Amino acid sequence: METDPRYHSGWSESRHYRTLVRRLHIDVPLFIGLLLLSLTGLVILYSAGGQDSDVIIKQGSRLTIACVLMLVVAQINPRHYASWAPWFAGAGLLLLATVLVVGDIGKGAQRWLDLGFMRFQPSEMMKLALPMTVAWYLADRPLPPSARHLFIACALVIIPVLLIARQPDLGTAILVAASGAFVLLLAGISWRLITALGVLIGASIPVIWYLMHDYQRNRVWMLLDPESDPLGAGYHIIQSKIAIGSGGIFGKGWLNGTQAHLEFLPERSTDFIFAVFAEEFGLFGILLLLTLYLFIVLRGLLIATQAQDTFTRLLSGSLVLTFSVYVFVNIGMVVGLLPVVGIPLPLISFGGTAMVTHLVAFGILMSIHTHRKLLPT
Amino acid sequence: MRERITIKDYLRESHLFNNRVVVAGVVIVVLSLIVVARLIYLQVVGHEYYTTLSNKNRVDIVPIPPTRGLIYDRRGTLLAQNLPSFSLEITPERVADLEATLQALAKLIRITDNDLERFRNRFAIKRRFEAIPLRLRLNDEEVARFSVNRHRFPGVEIAARLMRDYPLGALGVHAIGYIGRIDEDELQRLDLANYSGTSHIGKTGVEKQYEGVLHGTVGHQAVETNAQGRVIRVLERTLPTPGGNLYLTIDADLQRIAEAALGDNRGAVIAIVPKTGEIVAFASLPGFDPNPFVNGIEQKDYDKLAQSPDHPLFNRIVRGQYPPGSTIKPFIGLAGLEYNVINARNQTFCPGWYALEGDDRRYRDWRREGHGITTLSKAIYQSCDVYFYDLAHTLGIDRMYEFMSRFGFGRSTGIDIAGEVAGLMPSRDWKRATHRLPWFPGETIITGIGQGFMLATPLQLAHMTATLANRGASVRPRLAYAIQSLGSEQPAIVEPVREEPLPIVKAANWETIIDAMQEAAHNPRGTAYGIGKNAPYRIAGKTGTAQVFGLKEDEKYVKEEVALRLRDHAMFIAFAPAGDPQIAIAVIVENGGSGGLAAAPVARAVMDKFLQPGAT
Repeated sequence: METDPRYHSGWSESRHYRTLVRRLHIDVPLFIGLLLLSLTGLVILYSAGGQDSDVIIKQGSRLTIACVLMLVVAQINPRHYASWAPWFAGAGLLLLATVLVVGDIGKGAQRWLDLGFMRFQPSEMMKLALPMTVAWYLADRPLPPSARHLFIACALVIIPVLLIARQPDLGTAILVAASGAFVLLLAGISWRLITALGVLIGASIPVIWYLMHDYQRNRVWMLLDPESDPLGAGYHIIQSKIAIGSGGIFGKGWLNGTQAHLEFLPERSTDFIFAVFAEEFGLFGILLLLTLYLFIVLRGLLIATQAQDTFTRLLSGSLVLTFSVYVFVNIGMVVGLLPVVGIPLPLISFGGTAMVTHLVAFGILMSIHTHRKLLPT
Repeated sequence: MRERITIKDYLRESHLFNNRVVVAGVVIVVLSLIVVARLIYLQVVGHEYYTTLSNKNRVDIVPIPPTRGLIYDRRGTLLAQNLPSFSLEITPERVADLEATLQALAKLIRITDNDLERFRNRFAIKRRFEAIPLRLRLNDEEVARFSVNRHRFPGVEIAARLMRDYPLGALGVHAIGYIGRIDEDELQRLDLANYSGTSHIGKTGVEKQYEGVLHGTVGHQAVETNAQGRVIRVLERTLPTPGGNLYLTIDADLQRIAEAALGDNRGAVIAIVPKTGEIVAFASLPGFDPNPFVNGIEQKDYDKLAQSPDHPLFNRIVRGQYPPGSTIKPFIGLAGLEYNVINARNQTFCPGWYALEGDDRRYRDWRREGHGITTLSKAIYQSCDVYFYDLAHTLGIDRMYEFMSRFGFGRSTGIDIAGEVAGLMPSRDWKRATHRLPWFPGETIITGIGQGFMLATPLQLAHMTATLANRGASVRPRLAYAIQSLGSEQPAIVEPVREEPLPIVKAANWETIIDAMQEAAHNPRGTAYGIGKNAPYRIAGKTGTAQVFGLKEDEKYVKEEVALRLRDHAMFIAFAPAGDPQIAIAVIVENGGSGGLAAAPVARAVMDKFLQPGAT
């Protein structure tokens, strides 16, 4: 009982409260932000899921499990993460290889390992293991990394990414690659190198375009301009824009979104739940939601800057930036700024795996923040 | 390995890291602002546009078709009604095993391969929650048999909808007409908004003519639908205005008598109330049952009707053009009196033939031995041809054309159903225009007895007879008696349309002609004495026969030798009572032979029923 702050008689007595929070290794601002976000998610999910209480119970229990996992992870001293990182990565690679051989096929791609009692997605584990490994590798090297270390770090990123891309799961591959790239970026590789890479990619686009077949070009066009195919790929984005636009400044009200409830909007509980939110709560609601996300991300970045060693710094920074990539890619897609790629809105979209990954990542952040050695200020 | 030895500089690294984090933070804030800008663009600037799209998505305007007005006869007998018709419908999403259901249903109710094929075609294109008809027009027994077993068939239902029904079948079909599915041509001309929920439209008869009265005004309901088109709820509803009820001038009992009197003959009977133009009987036989036409008659049945040599689909009354024959004689006689070329006492000798001076051709009288000394009256009641050959010759075609045109020959009557043809009153100009030939004197001669080029419809003959009975007052013939629109207690009576009366100079001329026509029925030597001798009222009539093919000069007409379909058409026009005409009538019996024997009794039966409805 005494581990649960709600049952503690001295909730308002700051000294008791502080001791308890410290003992539980909870970062209170982050925890409150995440909790608010997740509860908002349940509220909008109730509407998007057709007011089906089963959906809420399912997602709520996942949320509970993910929270428990987050707190468990927060208890572990970040030192251990550093030493476990290579083993994590090794195990992850092995599992990825296994998936390619014996994995379950779902939606035309091999992503799942059936463990009997549950299905497990090794690529999800890689989202955490990869930045951890790269951060571990670079932490002991002088920064910014030398060319040789940079090369090895890149290899550490590319091998799992290729394995995931083979599944094929391009969305996850890109996100895993991004999590690794963020470590490198934060490690201080020079802007000149980044610019050169950008120019190289930019220059190769016309060449790739020239080498593509017509049908491939069409698919790329479709991705960039989905509205050219209003009944196919464009249907999602057109309906999504109608949902958002018709929401207006104050929204149609909770449970009153016609686009969602009359089923015009596809994937309304998962990838396009942001459109449901925008339709029902309007621009006002959206600004509050964005503020909440921004608060969590900025708090995360603050934790990263206050981390006391290179490993925790790189790891926490990368995890927070990856989280924000999720947010922006999903919102960008739903509002029609980015091509439609299947990425859920963190902590809001229906689904358990991503939620566990995100909250475990924040657990690591809390662990990093709460296991600091107290220095005199 | 020539690696430069570098020492970790914690302060510098931390500095570098913090710089990078700040850059990342700035990028995140900028991205947030871009997203917010985009949302303002969508939700504030584009709000109205997207709201419209959203409403268009969800709100569907569904038309509610009005109920078609009923058609009654003048005394309230139903001629056209809307009956619930039962069909068996299947809603696929509620049926677990469609094939098993279809097989089980087939054991219960007759389902043809045609039904199945139509069902499967629709099944392929309809949405899962929409009911698809499997069998149409279930009879009572089938409805009962299914209802008992209904629990075995979830998702299968009997649906009722209104279907046009003509309870009297073929009776008066050419006047009433029928409705059928709207076709491409009609779709082009229709008010699409008002017909948005309507599948049928009047095709012939008054059903077509009074479409505007009978159809009514469409209603609408705005319904909210989901992405699959399923109706979630009704947002608003405007009820349709049902069509008005139409009362016809026809008397169904009289119509029945008229059709019975024609029997198995082909022909036409039309009876008009002279003072009002009301058509009380409108029989064109053979007729047909209009009911199969409502939902599309089967091709083989249609072919049978269309290819029948009896032409049941042909409306003889308004479209049948016949040489009027001797029925024209009273009118030619009136012309003679009007132009002062004859009077009632003038006599002409009839030797049985007529010839023009300097021409060898003889124009025969129907009575080979002739009528002897003949006055106008005798010429009418005995139907002497020679008298009228001579009169026609004296009048000339120009005066005949002028007078007969004024009477209405060669001009449509303006009856209130579509498709009326105008008949033909020939003239010099007409012949020059159509045949590129001058008018020959011989053509004038035979025009005097209604042969040659002249053509008239039964409707025209009845209309002329009614005008004659009215002593020149012409009233447009019509089928609409009264119209009752929604909400009105009493049907509004349709007013008669009176046309310009004929400018006849001497009123006595009418009586001269009408007296002669009475002789035809009541003088023992009259051609229609057969129907006049025991009549309790005075009949003014005129018989006629129209040649179907011409006889050569010296050929003797032998009835038995002429194929049935080449026999003369028997004709009769009459009105009664002669002094105060209540009914004017024209009868044509195709290939009936003698007008007095074949056509006059039909007229008598109708007049009896009309003038003495109580007598048996």
